[in-house]
Amino acid sequence: MDFINNNLLTLIVFSPAIFAVLMLIIPTKDRGLKYAALIFSLITTALTIYLWIQYPAATSDPAGFKFVVNAPWFPQINSTYHVGVDGISLAMILLTGILTPLGILISFRITDRVRVYLALFLLLETGMLGVFASLDLIIFFIFWEIGLVPMYFLINVWGSKNRQYASFKFFIYTMAGSVGMLLAIQVLWFALGKTYDMNAIQAALPNFSGTLFGLPAQTIKSIAFWAFTIAFAIKVPIWPFHTWLPDAHTEAPTAGSMLLAGVLLKLGAYGFLRIVLPFFPDQAAQFSGILAILALAGIVFTALAAFGQNDFKRLVAYSSVNHMGFVVLGIAAAAASYGSTDPAVKASAVIAVNGAVLQMFAHGLSAAAMFALVGVVYDRAHTRDLNELGGLWAVMPIYGGILIFSAMANLGLPGLAGFPAEFQVVRGAWPVFTLITALSMIGLLLTGAYVLKAIQKVLHGPVNHELLHHTEMTEINWTERLALAPLMVLMLAIGLYPFWLMGVINQSVTKLIGG
Amino acid sequence: MNSPFPFLTLITFIPAVAGAIILLMPKERGQLIKVTAAVVTFISAVLALFIFFTYDQTKGGYQFIEGPYPWVQSLGISYLVGADGINLVMLILTGIVSFMGVLISWGINERPKEFFAFFLFLVAGVYGVFMSLDLFLLIFFYELSIFPMYFLIANWGWPVTREYAAMKLTLYLLIGSIVALIGLLAVYFSADSVAMGLQPGEHTFNMLKLAQGNIPLAVQRFWFLPIFLGFGVLAGIWPFHNWSPDGHVAAPTAVSMIHAGVLMKLGAYAALVTAVKLLPDAAKEFLPFIIFLVTINVVYGAAIAMVQKDFKYVIGFSSVSHMGLVTMGFATMNQVGLNGAVLQMFSHGIMTALFFSVVGMIYDRTHTRQIPELGGFIKFFPIVGIAFIIGGLASMGMPGLSGFVAELQIFMGLWSGPANGAIYPWYPIIAILAIWGVVLTAAYVLRVVQQVFFGDWDPHKWHDLRPINLGDKFVLVTFTLILIVVGLFPGVLMNMINSGTAPVVKLLGG
Repeated sequence: MDFINNNLLTLIVFSPAIFAVLMLIIPTKDRGLKYAALIFSLITTALTIYLWIQYPAATSDPAGFKFVVNAPWFPQINSTYHVGVDGISLAMILLTGILTPLGILISFRITDRVRVYLALFLLLETGMLGVFASLDLIIFFIFWEIGLVPMYFLINVWGSKNRQYASFKFFIYTMAGSVGMLLAIQVLWFALGKTYDMNAIQAALPNFSGTLFGLPAQTIKSIAFWAFTIAFAIKVPIWPFHTWLPDAHTEAPTAGSMLLAGVLLKLGAYGFLRIVLPFFPDQAAQFSGILAILALAGIVFTALAAFGQNDFKRLVAYSSVNHMGFVVLGIAAAAASYGSTDPAVKASAVIAVNGAVLQMFAHGLSAAAMFALVGVVYDRAHTRDLNELGGLWAVMPIYGGILIFSAMANLGLPGLAGFPAEFQVVRGAWPVFTLITALSMIGLLLTGAYVLKAIQKVLHGPVNHELLHHTEMTEINWTERLALAPLMVLMLAIGLYPFWLMGVINQSVTKLIGG
Repeated sequence: MNSPFPFLTLITFIPAVAGAIILLMPKERGQLIKVTAAVVTFISAVLALFIFFTYDQTKGGYQFIEGPYPWVQSLGISYLVGADGINLVMLILTGIVSFMGVLISWGINERPKEFFAFFLFLVAGVYGVFMSLDLFLLIFFYELSIFPMYFLIANWGWPVTREYAAMKLTLYLLIGSIVALIGLLAVYFSADSVAMGLQPGEHTFNMLKLAQGNIPLAVQRFWFLPIFLGFGVLAGIWPFHNWSPDGHVAAPTAVSMIHAGVLMKLGAYAALVTAVKLLPDAAKEFLPFIIFLVTINVVYGAAIAMVQKDFKYVIGFSSVSHMGLVTMGFATMNQVGLNGAVLQMFSHGIMTALFFSVVGMIYDRTHTRQIPELGGFIKFFPIVGIAFIIGGLASMGMPGLSGFVAELQIFMGLWSGPANGAIYPWYPIIAILAIWGVVLTAAYVLRVVQQVFFGDWDPHKWHDLRPINLGDKFVLVTFTLILIVVGLFPGVLMNMINSGTAPVVKLLGG
């Protein structure tokens, strides 16, 4: 037990990678492999829940992180294996731990090269968990990039028709963003006494002055700010860097989409909270207006785009960009608060970021559920064209109920997870960006429109008899119900009583804003 | 001071002697010839690894020194070999790649006697260059490793271009080495005999002594570029690179592996130990400008690789691009950049040998290397596909693999600037330009992976799809594991490299 307690975070981060290697060598057939992967991922889930339970009582280091490990890794470049969690990363780790086994449950339908598929899926989990746990920039970058590879292959090999184009676009987009980030990391390393430790960099940055490479320190900081911002903006994605996402989602296998929307997009938002805001408060304040306008553009334009889709999965994909826009709006409000000394603005910023983090969690649940539900229909009908679907409530009543429940959480119905999150973002951003926040309400309205459009086109209307004739539109099965049930429970739990999650988040957010 | 047991001499001379013995064997005994070659390269590799692990890193400097044993005393030529942190890494690289090259060549049935004899001479020459501490000896081994290349390519290469490629390669390298030789003779004559502890008027090729020879600045300035670029031809420095893709493509698989994996490092290594270490003052002045040439290598090489239709040309140009990073690491002139450059030599050696072995395995079965004609090979060759993918990820600098550790340090070196404190405002710009080479690398690697391994699989198209044998599997798995281990635990090599580059940084720092 002591061993687990002392190395809890390391175990959580690396256990999926070890399981991934085990997946490649255990001698069973496909069915056994799937159960093995499920059990393996549940072990990691159990560890994350244990982390969650232990968190309040654990001792924290001066920077506010708990379960910290700092071990030598690469002494020649002064990079260490430094990991730890605070409230924000804890919520994200919990989300990752919950979504992975559900994704594996949904993958029970996969029949092609199951062994490799499951191994990649578990490796992906390590990449994501690692990003949330890292406190050293090189370690952060390593995990950031490692997550890219399994996702590329999940789309490229198990995706649908246009998968090669989509996976290539996904990879090159993200790579182009992350090389800029790598250069920025190295500039910080060189400018600030050759360290990659995030806490040390954060402490040293305000004192960084003079000139570097013939440029004043402020310019260097602005360049580094934009390098990080663009890398994270591509991942979130923030409009106009989002165009890889609808393609990637449409082509990815169902479980891949679940994790892509559920966790991978949060890596970008998390990067803003962990790196951009703490490292560059002045630049964040200076450029917060641009961020807010991009967030608004993302909210409104992608809601319109979602409304215009006839592909069920593409519609849900655009809705992800739309919802992540609210996360960005919350981050922009926090960024603006660094330029103000008014305690009321600070308090609003805390509310906005609380909302943003809760939205990351809530959207992780609802987007995963929506993609799983799209997958359920696609697996049976072999089409995602909304014009070919219709009247399915009569055929699949339980499926219809679950879809409506998740769609309502997605559009932010009070009582479900989306509402407290978006409400806090809007409440927090209002005093800072009044006009932009007001305009973003248009997006909220459009969200209602496209969600209802999807429900109407899939569940209501005349039944497409030709489709029923050629395919077996059977009711959602028990594996799929089992995968969706935890998501529904959590959406309801957060919607009715968000404070079980908010307490932990709020502590770290308050520290981040410094209010 | 001298090594009690002649490890280094054995590493070089066992392959050389075995090559001569193979020539005496009856040519019907193909199997015996192959086994001999495998055993010999294996013994050299094990000896190299043994030295690597027994080298005293805390003491640093040259160890396992043998000599100087006078060879041509009147000219100051002696037999002097030794190992330090830089060349030990190159020696184990040579050991690994040469042994794997023999395994890959198991299918050679056309005049195996001559093939393996030349191959072993080549290996002996390569080992010799890496361990030489005497300039004459270095040049001697350098030429010894160029000539077998000519015969190996011209006789066993791709019939379409082999004569052209072999001729082009040999002439390029020969001219480069002659230019370098002339420069080195100038160094030999201008070194201060008294400062080196010799009689006035006496000269020496001993590099340890030449390093104390107070070479006049004018001589350094005049001869630095001929020496550096003369050897740099073999490292594929733009615009002297264009022998290299042709040579790689025309060569038989094992020779491509040795050639891109080890021989190109010979050029970079020789440029480092002669031009940089003997003429440090000129190096400090010229390297900041040579960096422009190698930036073209990095970006242009990757861009050209992206538009190739021939699988092997893609790999050929990728070597040009990656070797550019090595020289870029030298040009940073600081500890972290040099560390990255040496690791890049090792890492690129392993990954490119892996690439060429994969190309060879596919070409042997399909008889085509046209990327659009291939497709879906991961179904048929899962291990080959996975090995190629991991190698490809390493080459695009994916974290967790050795390429990342190397490239990371080279770029860190660019930001840090030279150790002597000089500031060149274009270094950060070079970093920003060169990183696009990495993105282009990702693009061409993915393009090949998508088409060759994940494209449409047509089982009726191919007639000769025999499975890969145990030796091939062993080769692929070993290369892949090395890339992963070095990527996850860079300390395995970095401590050693660090002890080797520290003296160079000291030279350039003053």
